Amino acid sequence: MAMKFSENADRMDVRYVAGLARMALSDKEETQLQGQLDDILAFVGELKKLDVSGVAPTDDASGTLNAWREDEPATGLAREAALANAPLARHGQFVVPKVIE
Amino acid sequence: MSADLFDLGFLEAADALAKKAVSSEELTSALLDRSEKLEPALNSLTWFSREAARAEARAADAARAAGDKRPFLGVPIAIKDLLNVKGQPCTAGSNILKGYVAPYDATVIARLRAAGCVFVSRTNTDEFAMGGSTETSAYGTTRNPWDVSRVPGGSSGGSAAAVAARLAPAALASDTGGSIRQPAAFCGVTGFKPTYGRVSRYGCTAFASSLDQVGPIARSVEDAAAVYQVIAGLDPHDSTTSPRPVGDGLPEVRAAKDLKGLKLGLPKEYFVEGLDPEVEKLTRAAVEQCRALGAEIVDVDLPHSQYGIACYYILAPAEASANLARYDGVRYGFRAESEDLLEMYEKTRAQGFGAEVKRRVILGTYVLSSGFHDAYYLRAQKVRTLIRGDFEKAFARCDAILGPVTPTAAFRVGEKSADPVQMYLGDIFTVNVNLAGICGLSVPCGFTPNGLPAGLHVVGPAFEEARILKIGAAYQHATDWHRKHPKI
Amino acid sequence: MNDFIPSIGLEVHVQLKTRTKMFCACPAHTEGEPNTAVCPVCLGLPGALPVMNREAIRKTVKVGLMIGSRISLRSTFDRKNYFYPDMAKNYQITQQAAPLCIGGAVEIEVEGKKKTIRVNHIHQEEDVAKSTHMENSTEIDFSRAGTPLMELVTEPDMSSPDEAIAFLTALKEMLIYAGISDCNLEMGHVRCDVNSSVRPAGTDKLGVKSELKNMNTFKGIHRALEYELDRQMETLRKNGSLAQETRRWDDIAGITLPMRSKEYAHDYRYFPEPDLPPVVLDTATVEAWRAELPELPAAKRARFVAEYGLPEYDAGVLTADKAISEYFEAGAKKSGNFKAVSNWVMGELLRALGEKGQGIADAKISPEALAELIALVDAKTINMPAAKEVFQTLFENGGNPMAIVKEKGLAQVSDAGAIDGFAGQAIAANPKVADEFRAGKEAALMFLVGQVMKLSRGKANPQLAAEALRQKLQA
Repeated sequence: MAMKFSENADRMDVRYVAGLARMALSDKEETQLQGQLDDILAFVGELKKLDVSGVAPTDDASGTLNAWREDEPATGLAREAALANAPLARHGQFVVPKVIE
Repeated sequence: MSADLFDLGFLEAADALAKKAVSSEELTSALLDRSEKLEPALNSLTWFSREAARAEARAADAARAAGDKRPFLGVPIAIKDLLNVKGQPCTAGSNILKGYVAPYDATVIARLRAAGCVFVSRTNTDEFAMGGSTETSAYGTTRNPWDVSRVPGGSSGGSAAAVAARLAPAALASDTGGSIRQPAAFCGVTGFKPTYGRVSRYGCTAFASSLDQVGPIARSVEDAAAVYQVIAGLDPHDSTTSPRPVGDGLPEVRAAKDLKGLKLGLPKEYFVEGLDPEVEKLTRAAVEQCRALGAEIVDVDLPHSQYGIACYYILAPAEASANLARYDGVRYGFRAESEDLLEMYEKTRAQGFGAEVKRRVILGTYVLSSGFHDAYYLRAQKVRTLIRGDFEKAFARCDAILGPVTPTAAFRVGEKSADPVQMYLGDIFTVNVNLAGICGLSVPCGFTPNGLPAGLHVVGPAFEEARILKIGAAYQHATDWHRKHPKI
Repeated sequence: MNDFIPSIGLEVHVQLKTRTKMFCACPAHTEGEPNTAVCPVCLGLPGALPVMNREAIRKTVKVGLMIGSRISLRSTFDRKNYFYPDMAKNYQITQQAAPLCIGGAVEIEVEGKKKTIRVNHIHQEEDVAKSTHMENSTEIDFSRAGTPLMELVTEPDMSSPDEAIAFLTALKEMLIYAGISDCNLEMGHVRCDVNSSVRPAGTDKLGVKSELKNMNTFKGIHRALEYELDRQMETLRKNGSLAQETRRWDDIAGITLPMRSKEYAHDYRYFPEPDLPPVVLDTATVEAWRAELPELPAAKRARFVAEYGLPEYDAGVLTADKAISEYFEAGAKKSGNFKAVSNWVMGELLRALGEKGQGIADAKISPEALAELIALVDAKTINMPAAKEVFQTLFENGGNPMAIVKEKGLAQVSDAGAIDGFAGQAIAANPKVADEFRAGKEAALMFLVGQVMKLSRGKANPQLAAEALRQKLQA
């Protein structure tokens, strides 16, 4: 199972990607993740060796079709139940800090 | 009737309850007593409540006294801490869901509830099911009951350890890349991953939506089949569930005693460098046992097997990066306080998620991002097609495929946690089954010289659950590996 | 505006008129207390999964059929990833790779000139929650989250604010007609992203575009476009350069402003929604849906001109609202005097409804009653002022026109003797006017007719009165 990794694997901009995923990283975390993700990318980059021309992507794992619903209302959650887990609620609403731009 | 109530398996418990040899309250209490005793050493459970469990058990006993004859009335079951049970916490092994109390039942829970089951405890899991050792759980590592210096596997390590340690007759678990079968193999219990679309995912906290599947971990194939029969089938809340009828396969599974007329495939790709020789020996012996039971063993090829892990570690993180975006501190769970929304997101997710989750979310975000989507995500989807094709071709030549579940027996706590790639390589025999969307079963097939269990992997075509359950049941009829208990 | 040519493209988001949300069975379009129409799915709880609303799919396909789109027999949903608190899952379920409807066109008319605006595609998606911005925080109500939306994306084929509004008006008319959406702008049923660019006359390549986000009034769109196109042209005239950017319209200041740059660039990371299998339609289903389509306004206008001999103007007014067009047709069929029905509907009926702030559904006068009223006028049983009085009664209380005429004693006096008498009195009382007529002033006769009407308390047949007066004066 020893995998040989290609030398010229992609190297990601970990801080930028973490930003897209809305996660703040400490410098230490960033350094550690950079090394690990470089290894992982080199590993998953092995797929580039495979010829996939003419192969259709699997974009539907279930094989079911048209699992739709008729337009009939059903009871959902009571407001108290909906808000019970909220870190902060006011006026029956979920409250978040405003966006500082 | 055994001396200890906690020894009862799922069907044995159902039987004992039906005969009124025991009450659900007695059984539930025995399991909770044992849990209290063993948990300090095992850490297989994230939550249980004596009051809640006993209330459910008493209600079941009252119903039985009133003439209720549901077959699983009052039978206790443990639930992986990924599945929503109304009124109970559901942490997914993560700090980010600390304090969240589920306001609804997952479909599988609703079905077990309707069948009369008692939800006795919640089992530990790798954070958001991302891991193969339960070491990524925010609630501590679960220990393997056969050797507490070792991991129970994962992500359903809590369910496997709890069933092996007899804290519950059976448990629900989930399998995205091997998370039912691998811990079952490590803990010497039976683990069953049904076909993708066979069991509803509604209410199962999502890791990778096109791969996740809920299934049972139990003491025997029969028990696993019994739980499976309750939870399987079309669910209007999960659009990916299949309308194919499930059928009642349980009597046939219970009657299975040989493998006559079956062709079982043995892929050479599953016996490669990296497979521990002791595990290989046990697997080959199990294959011989199957031959002795009347099966014809044939060679099959799964030529793209070696690409499964790379494919999986692109697709699963990609889907996870979207599935885990909802943990943002807005509607539930942990929130890091901040004056600014963006900062709240970044701190909440930085403090709420553990290292493995961050790694996979970043990886998944990257493989979908502009400029890299085609090279990674799209390519992996194409490789997935090739892997599915491998199985289709193989199943034209055989009824089911046999192989090892894991390349090694349970490893030591901490042994692989520093090197993610080494950890990922442990999924080599299980991930392809998820990528192909087919069904797989792990049955105990012996012990290494260290006294650690190993599992035989029985893989079947899509929706042929009954077939592989019968194979597993016939194997267990002829062997007693599944009856061994850890001395804990 | 001759040195530059504007190009305008629209992305129109329309809330579909369904009973439930796009991906869960919560009621849609509720106006109750916040967070009362919510469930695990639209709150994005762990483990919740979407299930498609068939009615929403049907409505979007019907829009495609109305504008001549190609309907995708296999379409798929994708996840569009971005973080915002109004989007519970922090991804929106939408269609990117294979939308439901491809292509199509809408015909518009501005100042008598017809033009075809091409549509790129229509896709299905879900609405976000409602945010209320307070001083230091934002409050979020998820009752609106998950309301079915269709997004229609045009090609940049419009070249003036008027054309953009004509497009939106034509689209809105069509959507209301087919019952796709109520298109109530105040309720936020229709929201637009407006893309615009300008290019030097004589060139083909589109200029650098700006996008105005989330516009929700037609007037605002018109003003914003006027400002924005002007700004772009002025910048280029001064040899400045334009950046491709997202801007917002400040309705109070009457200007567009660049949106402050976000911390991160947008990278939506689309990928197929694994929780939803593809939508696969067969031709029979699509054809059945096509058969349900109503006659569209443009076709109906043409038919009203051809079939009822109405002027274009009348046909336009009568078909602008489906219910009114149906009212007209019911009345016209019963009456046979098409132009009179048109006049009554466009005149008295719409005026009366407007005064009461009512819709045609509220009108108590049935089209059949209106037809009868017209018949009474045509038969000279009542005159116009009396007819209007009867109409008012019918409008307020309903009933039978003839019965009202009798009850109120409104039947015209057509008795020659009586009219002769009134005519004589009128001439006697107004000798000067009578002389003016005799001297050739034709208009003087009208005054005398008015006097006859007054004397008869409005019941005299005015034509008979005129004849009687003429005879007497010329005698």
